[in-house]
Amino acid sequence: MAHQRHIGETILSVDNISLAFGGVKALTDVSFSVREHEIFAIIGPNGAGKSSMLNCINGFYHPHQGTITFKGKARRQVRPSEAAREGIARTFQNIALFTGMSTLDNIMTGRNTKMHKGLFWQALHFGPARDEEIEHRHFVEEIIDFLEIEAIRKTPVGTLPYGLQKRVELGRALAAQPDLLLLDEPMAGMNLEEKQDMCRYILDVNDEFGTTIVLIEHDMGVVMDISDRVVVLDYGKKLADGTPDEVRTNQDVIDAYLGVAHGDE
Amino acid sequence: MGSGNSAASGLDTFPKLLIDNANRIGDRPAAREKDFGIWQSWTWREMKDEIAAMAAGLKVLGFERGDSLAIVGDNRPQLYWAMTAAQTLGGVPVPMYQDAVAEEMQYVLEHASARFAIVEDQEQTDKLLEIKDRCPTLAHIVYKDTRGMRHYDQDFLMSLDSLIEKGKAFLAQNPGWFEGEVAKTKGSDTAIMLYTSGTTGRPKGVVLTFDNLVITARNGVKWDNLNDHDEVLAYLPMAWVGDNIFSYGQSYTAGFCVSCPESSDTVMQDLKEIGPTYFFAPPRIFENILTQVSIRMEDANWVNRKLYAYFMGLAKTIGPRILDKKPVGLIDRLLYGLGEILVYGPLKNELGFSRFRLAYTAGEAIGPDIFDFFRSLGVNIKQLYGSTEASVFICMQKDGDVKPDTVGVPAYDVELKIADNGEVLFRSPGVFKVYFKNEEATHETKTEDGWVHTGDAGFFDPEGHLKIIDRAKDVGKLTGGTMFAPKYIENKLKFFPFIKEAVAFGHDKDYAAAFINIDLEAVGNWAERRGLPYSGYTDLAMRPEVYDLVLDCVNKVNNDLADDVALAGSQIKRFLILHKELDADDGELTRTRKVRRNTVAERYGQLIDALYSGADECAVEAKVTFEDGRTGTIKATVKIREAETTAPRAAA
Repeated sequence: MAHQRHIGETILSVDNISLAFGGVKALTDVSFSVREHEIFAIIGPNGAGKSSMLNCINGFYHPHQGTITFKGKARRQVRPSEAAREGIARTFQNIALFTGMSTLDNIMTGRNTKMHKGLFWQALHFGPARDEEIEHRHFVEEIIDFLEIEAIRKTPVGTLPYGLQKRVELGRALAAQPDLLLLDEPMAGMNLEEKQDMCRYILDVNDEFGTTIVLIEHDMGVVMDISDRVVVLDYGKKLADGTPDEVRTNQDVIDAYLGVAHGDE
Repeated sequence: MGSGNSAASGLDTFPKLLIDNANRIGDRPAAREKDFGIWQSWTWREMKDEIAAMAAGLKVLGFERGDSLAIVGDNRPQLYWAMTAAQTLGGVPVPMYQDAVAEEMQYVLEHASARFAIVEDQEQTDKLLEIKDRCPTLAHIVYKDTRGMRHYDQDFLMSLDSLIEKGKAFLAQNPGWFEGEVAKTKGSDTAIMLYTSGTTGRPKGVVLTFDNLVITARNGVKWDNLNDHDEVLAYLPMAWVGDNIFSYGQSYTAGFCVSCPESSDTVMQDLKEIGPTYFFAPPRIFENILTQVSIRMEDANWVNRKLYAYFMGLAKTIGPRILDKKPVGLIDRLLYGLGEILVYGPLKNELGFSRFRLAYTAGEAIGPDIFDFFRSLGVNIKQLYGSTEASVFICMQKDGDVKPDTVGVPAYDVELKIADNGEVLFRSPGVFKVYFKNEEATHETKTEDGWVHTGDAGFFDPEGHLKIIDRAKDVGKLTGGTMFAPKYIENKLKFFPFIKEAVAFGHDKDYAAAFINIDLEAVGNWAERRGLPYSGYTDLAMRPEVYDLVLDCVNKVNNDLADDVALAGSQIKRFLILHKELDADDGELTRTRKVRRNTVAERYGQLIDALYSGADECAVEAKVTFEDGRTGTIKATVKIREAETTAPRAAA
């Protein structure tokens, strides 16, 4: 890609993370770091622990070992709401929108962490709460403009096609003005055209707002095209990390993807 | 008649009209655009300031008299302003179709020798960058939306905001400069260049002067009593002459406000929010609206369906009479009033048609059912006939004198005549100056004394309304000498929902005859409701019941034709229903679904012979191409039916 961004210092560092569910080891001693403004992909076969990794980063799972350092603050246990307030937003593998609510309202919920006036004022929709809402609404409108979803502003999201729902979900994550955006398979189940659109938006978000993006994706073409760096997981362990080219030529990675027998070495 | 006195008032150019509007109705809205979910508006005075800054910015950039400014994008106030800015500087705006691919744009940019371009966004900028090497004259590109443009550092690129900033600085040092430039503009100057696509060859650049546009726009304003309280929604391409008159010329001359939709996907919603009073749409759009209404009504509950059916039945007879100010009985009037409250009003509101004073349609024939539907709702939809070469208006319908199958009477200041071969010629103040750098085409189209060949064949009906029947080159003659216009007959047939495609024959023959393609969905539906089993298109098309159904349609067309003095002799005597659908994959239709007459005539020569032989059936084999590319043959015996013809009812 021909974008010339300023890649900054490490914003997120994952050190020696291990996570187990009962006897199942989801992640074993995984470490990597993500630098500011970069697009970073986590790839690997099914069950490799990719979603578990995202869930650890935004505090949904608590790793048994290791530390996650975000913006210089090391932490073991953090709640998702705290992670959100610190500037981490995410989308989900299975779309998790409020299907009965409009696009506008769904994205507005993403502003929740930024609203400071109390429930009392908000309920009355009066005074400072009203001004605050107008400000937030303007920000939401900027996102609607950015994602080109003006035509579905008032449409209940449950009636929208899948590709558009994914875009609305991205909009809601953006509404939180995150420093770190976690995207869990943003292109799953999309056709070629929808994938190209989504790629464009991801690159634009990264470019316009400088948002650091960590994404999980199965479509290798997409990953290799848009990511600055990639980490490969397999059976909960890190196989390799580096630029797309480095990863592509890594023998362990090739073996994992071609399905060489494991465990009898 | 006529009001072409723009020279008398001195307001003979758009920049002069701008200043006059800003002085006279400066606080009234001139432009609106929905941005970030809110309608932003500009008054005439604010708009004048924006345009002045833009013009000054262009001047600073080196724009000179005679330079052309390419304009590419959706309908945006700023892009309309750029037109006036260029006109003020004695330049020529060249709006281009925003969905054209880069190669098509290259031709126009090169042909017009555009030095400057103003584009809407990154998408259009990228297109121009792709072809910039091949457009040696293009020196500056100005873009409106900055999104995604951060890393574009070419020095010939500039954002509109910084252009305006430069312009404001220039204006601050040169007070009165803008007014001085405006005063220099003259009615005889070139105002705009519009490229017409045309069906053959390269696009032609139609050069229109201020006199062309201002006088024509004024005549249109006078025709329909438009004023500064009217509202339009600008949603058709800026490169099209219609948009230039409806959303620009008439806005400047009448002083009304032009609203631009938020995006091309939101037009129907924006229409509802703005509630324009004056509207233009091609027949296709009205047809889509009617289809959507019908589908939604079928899904409605029982009460609503019944109400709708009853009141629409009532409206069919009363609505057009009320619209035409013809006498209507008290009870009917009351019932119609009730219908307005219960059905018509809410429906019009849903469509954004509530405030329509008038709506025009043009471009192709509109189905009488569609036309009548809107008129019975109380929507004053009318037809007009125009062309780029005429600055739009050639014929228009007057309020109260509206018919579904004519294009009306000559507009103000328009002279009209029909050549011996049936071709329509016109002469008017709107007649274009020349085709840019194409003398040959200019001479072919425009005579020495200013008559323009339209290429359309038509005739006047007894009330003096013009009827356009076909392209002049397609019109033939029966052996008896009667005029034969295939497309006119085919359109009449295709207005029936059961008939999808029709091909009429008759040139150099004794009588007219036709091939019919039934509409599988509509006829299939009809058959299902009658419990008529069928296995596919061929089977259904061969059914005697279906033949009866189509015969009925053909008879109605014949009955209709009997009213036309010129065409009564070309009624359809014999017809057949084709055993297969005409298909673009088989080369029988173009990709835009126009019949390729020659291919059809060659392939089905047997059937044409049978139509003129007196046989009542004919065995055929046809080659078909399946969707996977394989080919096969369909064998069938096609029946031929005689239709009833009606004695001509020649109006004296």
